[in-house]
Order: sequence, then structure tokens, then C-alpha cells
Amino acid sequence: MTEFLQLVVDGLITGSIFALAGIGISLPYAILRIVNFAQGEYITYGAYCAVLVNIVWRGNMALATVAAMGGVAALSVLLEFGFWRPLRNRRASHFTLLLASFGLSLVMRGVLFVIGSSNPRTYRVNVFQVYDIGGVRLSQSELIAVVLGFVAITLVALLFAKTHTGRTMRALSDDHSLAAVAGVNTDRLIVITWIVTGVLAGLAGVLQGLLQNSFDPNMGGNLLLPVFAAVILGGVGSAYGALAGGLLVGIAMQLSTWSVLWGGLSPIWQQVVAFVVLVLALLIKPQGLLGQARLA
Amino acid sequence: MSLGSGQFWIFVFTVAGIYAMFGLGLQIQLGFAGLMNLGVVAFMAIAAYTMAILVVRESVPLWAASLAGIGAAVVFGLGIGLTSLRLRAEFFAITTFALAEIVRYVATNAAGLTGGTQGTVALAGPTTASFYNTQWLTFQADVQGWIHDLTGASVSNEVAMLVIVWVAVAAVTFILQFAVHRPWGRVLRSIREDEDVAAALGKNVLSYKLQALALGGAVTGLAGLLYAFQFSFFGPLDFDPLTTLIAFMVVILGGAARNWGVAAGAIVYGVLYAATRFLTFPPVSYLSSSDRAYLRLIVVGAVLILLMAFRPQGLFGKREELALD
Repeated sequence: MTEFLQLVVDGLITGSIFALAGIGISLPYAILRIVNFAQGEYITYGAYCAVLVNIVWRGNMALATVAAMGGVAALSVLLEFGFWRPLRNRRASHFTLLLASFGLSLVMRGVLFVIGSSNPRTYRVNVFQVYDIGGVRLSQSELIAVVLGFVAITLVALLFAKTHTGRTMRALSDDHSLAAVAGVNTDRLIVITWIVTGVLAGLAGVLQGLLQNSFDPNMGGNLLLPVFAAVILGGVGSAYGALAGGLLVGIAMQLSTWSVLWGGLSPIWQQVVAFVVLVLALLIKPQGLLGQARLA
Repeated sequence: MSLGSGQFWIFVFTVAGIYAMFGLGLQIQLGFAGLMNLGVVAFMAIAAYTMAILVVRESVPLWAASLAGIGAAVVFGLGIGLTSLRLRAEFFAITTFALAEIVRYVATNAAGLTGGTQGTVALAGPTTASFYNTQWLTFQADVQGWIHDLTGASVSNEVAMLVIVWVAVAAVTFILQFAVHRPWGRVLRSIREDEDVAAALGKNVLSYKLQALALGGAVTGLAGLLYAFQFSFFGPLDFDPLTTLIAFMVVILGGAARNWGVAAGAIVYGVLYAATRFLTFPPVSYLSSSDRAYLRLIVVGAVLILLMAFRPQGLFGKREELALD
């Protein structure tokens, strides 16, 4: 039973990161119909902003996290003006945008490898501090990750449900032209979308860096698989769906190693489990858990 | 190797031919049917691995193992179609991308089946280096003989490989060119342009898309086999997402839905990529060799972005033929 609880808690921790990253995929898709393959690199850049503050400048981890969120948000807005908007102005198709984002991810990853080096990095945190909560053991990093992850998820949920900005964002994702006709300032909302995406990607990067303990510039790209699984599972373009899908995929991946089920799979198969879950879900409910029936 | 060396250019053009075959497989799915398959590399991997495993482990004759490899790629294509075709185009792309990553993941981690990270050299166990291509080398020697009988010229086995690859590419291109002008090709293109219209005319859209996935899978599988024969062993790293991108570059350079353009695109890409080898002047020469590998990543990414921004219809394509959304 303790093993089961431990796995569920571990699943919630990894799942909360998938959820944060998943919103970063889901939101630009809902608003702009962009599938951003470079999202993994946004996340990695977050982790490396924190490397700069925490390791190079010897700042503390809280400061590093804030820097990561701010840094990636700024980068994300910069890319809107320097990359996405020019492409949209050329009336690039969705297909063109998708391939361009693939190109962007290669460029960003290559640049980070050249300037940030391929050496593995580890944040300066106390790795020996372990908390025992009712038999479930959490390292300090994991505790930080789970608390920050859930605070962020709650804030995002509040943003969508309660604020004017959140409601207009949902309106924009439902019907772009109708919202524009109704007087919604779409350009401003698009910038806000990228800021939210960037803040969450920065946070996800730091949390994943803490969780992995040691990471290199491939970190974010390696996250892409379970995150995509989470987004499709939760229902394409739905932010709440991305949250639910993220947690579900996280828990499924951890539980696959549970010794009660077939003696437990080896952890190397966790990535595969994420997609088996997805394919099964697609067969049962192709529009995803919280998605609407196919529109276009 | 220097720029003037004939051997180098034979190599470049052989590899370009394999890319062309790879591109033709994608062309059927993307150019004809409008299916954004971001996991085409998996077809290559599955065909090549199936062939190598059957030859090394089960001593199956090469021709039978090759057919089995292509069959496995077709089955994989049908499997993708049946599970993922109901998704929207973008999410079909993501799912195929992920499935290809899973295939690579299995190739890396199921060492007992695939030789693991070491690749096919380790197929027969860690102590003996294993090869699947002895029968292929015999075939290459036969081709050398035929070329000698036909033209009177004695050619090296590299030239024989070059001829085999490009004859295969020409044959497949010819068949595709024939198929597009049949009703079958016209239905596929109508599905690409407007699925609902095709469905309203009583065409079974799902069945046509499955056919495109299966046929494209077979051609891509053939590319995987040629790749395996060109390099006498291979491993999981040969089938990373970057390789999928090569197929896209080749098809886009050639212009989507341009069958003869694929070969041209493959040659342009192959020569450009070979040319990055000669970036030995400053400031590039100040970078370490590993940094230069990353530079290649940046260059491929930047070329893709520029192509998408300024010429999404490719070098030889028509703008109106790329309505893929």
C-alpha cells in the first residue's frame, strides 16, 4: 500500500510538470492553432535561465525560479514578434507553421548546446534532505516541485475561470473571428497567451531540472512525448484537459512500475506507457477526455 | 576525401538516391493524400530492423527477409491509420511523431531483440559481430557483371550500388506518376483538397487514406532496406526525428505533389548537406568538432524556417498545390 501511495505521489509530481508544459502546447493551439514543437526548448531555456542565476551567479533557487519564468516569458514574447507574427503575416498554413516550429526547436537546441555546453548541470540544492509524510518519502526538490506545480495549476485555473482576460481567451479560442468582431483586442491577447505560456514553461523547466537532478540541453525535448500524450489525452486545445491529461499520464507512467501489476515494468518503458495510454484512449474516445467532438 | 574525388560524389549521390526513395514514400502520404506524417522514419526503421533480425537470427534468405520488412512497414502504416486518422491533421502529426519516437525507444532499449544502442552489429550477441548483407554483396557483384555485359565498362561495387538505387527510384517515380493520373490518384488529391466533397461523392475516405499510408509505408520501407544495404550496419540513432525532417526537406524542396521534383529535391539536399563538410574556414573552423555538429543542427533548422517563410511550395512546386491544412 505504501508503495502504491508513493507511486501515486511520484505520479502527481511528474504529472504536474506535464500539466504545466501541456498548457504551453494547448494554449497557443487554442488561440492561434499553432502546434509548437519548440515548446520543449522553451522549457529547457527556463531550466538554463535558472542555471545562470543559481550556478553561475550563485543566487538562491527562489530567485532562479523567478528569473526562469521572467526570462522565458520575455523570450516567448520576442519570438511572437520576431518569428510567429511574421510567419502569420505571410499567411503561412498550419502545416507551414508546424514545420517552422520544428526548425525553431532545432535552432534553439543547437544554440544552447554551443553557448551552454553539453555538460550535465545540477542545481545547488540539498539533495540529502528527505521528508517522510505518512510513509511517503519526498526529497526537498520533489517537495518544492509538487508545491509550486500545484500553486501554478491553481492560478492558471483561476485565470481562466475568474478573470476577464481568461474569459476573453476562452472566447478567442472558441471562435476567433467572432471574438474579434465583438471588440476583443486579439493582438494583446495573443501576447498575453505567450506570456502565460512562457511563465509556465520557465517554471516547468526549473521543476523538471530539480526533479531530474542532472540535465542537459536535450531535457525539454525529451519531455515532449509524455506532454503531447497528455495534451491529446486531455482533449486538444482545452487547458483544463491538459491539466487532467498531464496528471493522468504522470500517474499512469509511475504506476506501470508497481510490483502488483505484472511484477512492475522496468522504468525504462515509462515513455512507452505514456503512449500506450494515449492510443487506448484514442480508440475509445477520439476527441480526448475533455475535448469537444471534432469540428474541423 | 576532397571535393574532386569521384568516390566522394558517388557516395553523395547514392545517399541522395536513398533520400529520394524516402521522400517518395512521404510524397504518397503528404503530397497525394495530405497526411502530415511526422513519423515516416519509423517505416524505415521497422523494415530495416525486421530484415536484419530475420537474416541474422533466423537465417531467412535475404529476399524473403526484405519482403517481410516491407510487409512489416505496411502493417505499421495500417496500424497508425486505424488508431490515429480520426484526429485532426496537427494531432495526427504529433501522434505519428511520437509513435516513431517509441519505435526508436524500443530499438534502443529492447537490446535482446534489436542489438540495443550498439545496433545491428550486436544482433547475434555481444561477442560476435553480425552482418546481414553477405547475400546483398553477391547481388551487387551480379549487377557489376550485368553492367559489364551491357556497356563493356568495369565498374566498382559503389557504382553498382549507385545504379541499383537510382534505377529503383526511377521505377517508383514512374509508377507514382502513372498512379496520380489514374482515378485512384485523383480521388486521393480530392481528399487532400476537401475531404467532405470526396465523401459526399461516395468515396470511402478512410479506405483511401489507409491505402496511402500502406503504399507510402512500403516505399519508405524500401528506402530503409537500401539504407541498411548501403551502410553494413545501423542503430537506433540512424532513425531519429531529424531523419524524418530530411524526407520533409526533400519533398518540400522538390515541391509537394511533384513526383519528379522529389529526386531533384533529394539531390539538392544531398549536395548541400555534403557541402557542410567543407565549412573549414573561419569563423567555423574555430569551433570544436562537437560544436560543429550542433552548428549543423542550427543550419538545418534555419534552412527549414527560411523555406517555410519564403518558399513553402518548394523550389519546383506550385503554391496552390500546398493547401495542407
